[in-house]
Amino acid sequence: MAEEKVQMTARKFNNNTSIIDIQGEINAFAENVLMDAYTQATSQGAKNIVLNFSELSYMNSSGIGLLVTLLIRANRQKQSLVAYGLSDHYKQIFELTRLNESIKIYSSEADAIADAG
Amino acid sequence: MNDSTSPQEDIDPRQSAWSPPVSRMKVSDIPEGAMNLNVEGRQPVSPLQGFGQMWQKTFKVRLSGVEMTPAEVMKVWKENFPKFQPPENRFYPTMSGLKPGEVVLIDAKVPPLPGTPSILPVSTGVLVMYADDTTITVMTPEGHPESGWNTFSTYEEDGVVIAQCQSLCRPNDPLYEFFNRFMGSSAQQDKIWIHVLASLAEHFGVREQVATTKVLVDPSVQWGQAKNIWNNAAIRTVFYLLAAPVRWLKK
Repeated sequence: MAEEKVQMTARKFNNNTSIIDIQGEINAFAENVLMDAYTQATSQGAKNIVLNFSELSYMNSSGIGLLVTLLIRANRQKQSLVAYGLSDHYKQIFELTRLNESIKIYSSEADAIADAG
Repeated sequence: MNDSTSPQEDIDPRQSAWSPPVSRMKVSDIPEGAMNLNVEGRQPVSPLQGFGQMWQKTFKVRLSGVEMTPAEVMKVWKENFPKFQPPENRFYPTMSGLKPGEVVLIDAKVPPLPGTPSILPVSTGVLVMYADDTTITVMTPEGHPESGWNTFSTYEEDGVVIAQCQSLCRPNDPLYEFFNRFMGSSAQQDKIWIHVLASLAEHFGVREQVATTKVLVDPSVQWGQAKNIWNNAAIRTVFYLLAAPVRWLKK
């Protein structure tokens, strides 16, 4: 049986912003881990959520689907969702799937935080 | 120059499962019999670009007693992909098959009203966005009835191979949304995936119920995408067919 191969932790940056550090592989089995991290970030009072993909080892199409549902959930809570640390390959995947039109991509944590506020 | 590499810069061979970037869809070779309308030059779209409510629908069947790995089952599924579709939903993969970046043309017929026969033609297609040993995801173009992705996958659960179809989509424009909500199009689409999974199971001699789960991911509609109706593949296919005598006279 396949299982999740990912760890995510929500790190409070300031009163408005939390960063979700992603380590490992995002596939269909990462749903609970991702939603738990999101709930943690929300409980920290985050209005801005920053996804840190620096330690992402792999993401398949189901993983991209999870990001869409996360984005919708965040939008409905009036939270912003941005990302940084994506490799060139995954930046291309964000373009292919047009996720880059809804999730802004930054090259560094500092840039993401600065824009997220 | 910094030559250190982060873990994700070590290229994972599975990355080739993704399609190369595609801004506009291109049909490289047209399989015999396919109409090939409403695909060439269209932008692929995600669940974020459509108009209607976003649904995640999951259909799965347990292939009890099948002594194969999920990858072996997927291989059979890929090889017989068009065969497992219902007769009114014809899929035309290119000679290259279901490979990342390939376009699969579709000629379908849908019922104009609930309970009526499938007679309304829709010519469209999908882009293979992702394909590995156990998963295929296709992405729809502008004008397709749905805006989003369909993922076909196999995996093991409690020692049994599961075959699954999962869609994450919105109806692409207000007309499709109307048909989805009030004219039975949503149920018609469900029947297609149930048929596909039942056919796959039957291929292996398995008769199991297809389990269905539906989640309304986003109940709101996106009025900013109402303009998508310009590319509506159903309307354009009907006009194309109505104009057939004129094209014939011009020859």
